[in-house]
Amino acid sequence: MIDSVLVANRGEIARRVLRAARAMGIRSIAVYSEADAGWPHVRDADEAVAIGPAPARESYLSIEHILDAARRTGARAVHPGYGFLSENWRFAKACEEAGLVFVGPSWQVIQQMGDKVGARAHMQRAGVPIVPGSDGPVASLEEAARVASRIGYPLMLKAAAGGGGIGMVRVADESGLAQAYATAERRARAAFGSSALFIERYLIEPRHIEVQVFGDGRGQVVHLHERDCSIQRRHQKVVEESPAPRLSAGLKQRLTAAAVTGARAVQYTNAGTMEFIVQGEEFYFLEMNTRLQVEHPVTEEVTGLDIVQAQLLVASGEPLPWRQEDIVQRGAAIECRIYAEDPAKNFMPSPGTLTRWVPPSGPGIRVESGVAEGCQVSVHYDPLLAKLVAAGATRDEAIARMARALEAFVVEGLRTAIPFHRRVLASAAFREGRTHTQMVEEGAFNA
Amino acid sequence: MPEEVKAHITGVVFQITSKPGDSVAAGDPVIVLESMKMEIPVEAPRAGKVREIKVAEGQTVQEGDTVAVLD
Repeated sequence: MIDSVLVANRGEIARRVLRAARAMGIRSIAVYSEADAGWPHVRDADEAVAIGPAPARESYLSIEHILDAARRTGARAVHPGYGFLSENWRFAKACEEAGLVFVGPSWQVIQQMGDKVGARAHMQRAGVPIVPGSDGPVASLEEAARVASRIGYPLMLKAAAGGGGIGMVRVADESGLAQAYATAERRARAAFGSSALFIERYLIEPRHIEVQVFGDGRGQVVHLHERDCSIQRRHQKVVEESPAPRLSAGLKQRLTAAAVTGARAVQYTNAGTMEFIVQGEEFYFLEMNTRLQVEHPVTEEVTGLDIVQAQLLVASGEPLPWRQEDIVQRGAAIECRIYAEDPAKNFMPSPGTLTRWVPPSGPGIRVESGVAEGCQVSVHYDPLLAKLVAAGATRDEAIARMARALEAFVVEGLRTAIPFHRRVLASAAFREGRTHTQMVEEGAFNA
Repeated sequence: MPEEVKAHITGVVFQITSKPGDSVAAGDPVIVLESMKMEIPVEAPRAGKVREIKVAEGQTVQEGDTVAVLD
């Protein structure tokens, strides 16, 4: 077993990993920027190392500073969390070269799945369905037009090097293609340093359903069932749940089988997520997240398993702690992301000082919080303050617990997404499990 | 009448997209702020000529701060 782990992250996910490490008797090491000195994740660890000023590229995104902190503390392993360097294959490779255990898949797999065009092709060869689109990056507007006439409109232009919805441009019909192409190229170049684009059919009112997978790197892969993450704003998830409501047994079986097939095809190690887009009874591979997912707690709640502890075990070279038949989905769990943003102002960021922070508690309620009263929530990082998770024996019970918990949650000093979540939980669409990824943009949950 | 262009959110100046003397239309971005991993343009409230940019790239601005002045 590894005897120590450095957590190269901040906020709620750093706390989550530090907690797992401590529970396993593994020495835990936090890192922090100047803006985060005194934040909860720093206090949670056995040791904490300052890694630079507030801007992420000089601290949490600095491979050099993080490896230096690992050397100074004698850390044996590095857990990247999500975001920041978690899907940067150069970081995973640098860890390996420094003699550190990277808690995650191999850098080769991160690189392979990080290239979204290559990943699609790879999954297609493995027999996993993909959204109709270009076979790779398109070389020119002329080629884009040819592909578009083959797959049909509406369609989406996506950055080949992108992720998280950044740089995507929707095209309604042929007349809008040229302008959209120029916009997408510009955004891709600005965000990712490469203007390479690929094209996909734009699906109408689709659902986002993903499958949690776990592999041992030797071809053995299990799944931990699915999560529905259809409620999104700016192509980022805000509410997630497991099981996915109104999912037919046949479709669920095909989804989980495809996820395992895909992960096996890349000899996947550790925790990962196969993301799919679902329309009716059809599903298509979207991308693979080669890391721990923000919404992993809903899976933990319905399976009773600890995904982060399993990550540390498998990274230590231990076999998978579960057989597929041991992994049972019981009851239901929902997660609401408590973002520091103003739902009344189109989810604009809302930095500020948390003057009051009273998270709810009670049966079936779990709060994964990165903050405490008095914290100055800065402009430098992701707006996620906490994740509120409600579990119940049934989906209705989980909904009732979540609705009550959202009523009880008190936050003062900045705006949060809590009022939005209250409306989602009260809506007929959510209660009936009839959600899709375009609902927030369409204003379905507006006040 | 000169008119001040104010930041509508708190953020760090990510990019300055206009310079003194430029003509802008209502809704054109004058500067772009970065806040919580989002890029948010601060738009000209009306058409006019940029008289002055009052911020520099990398500077933190608070909601309500003047970032530019239009002639």
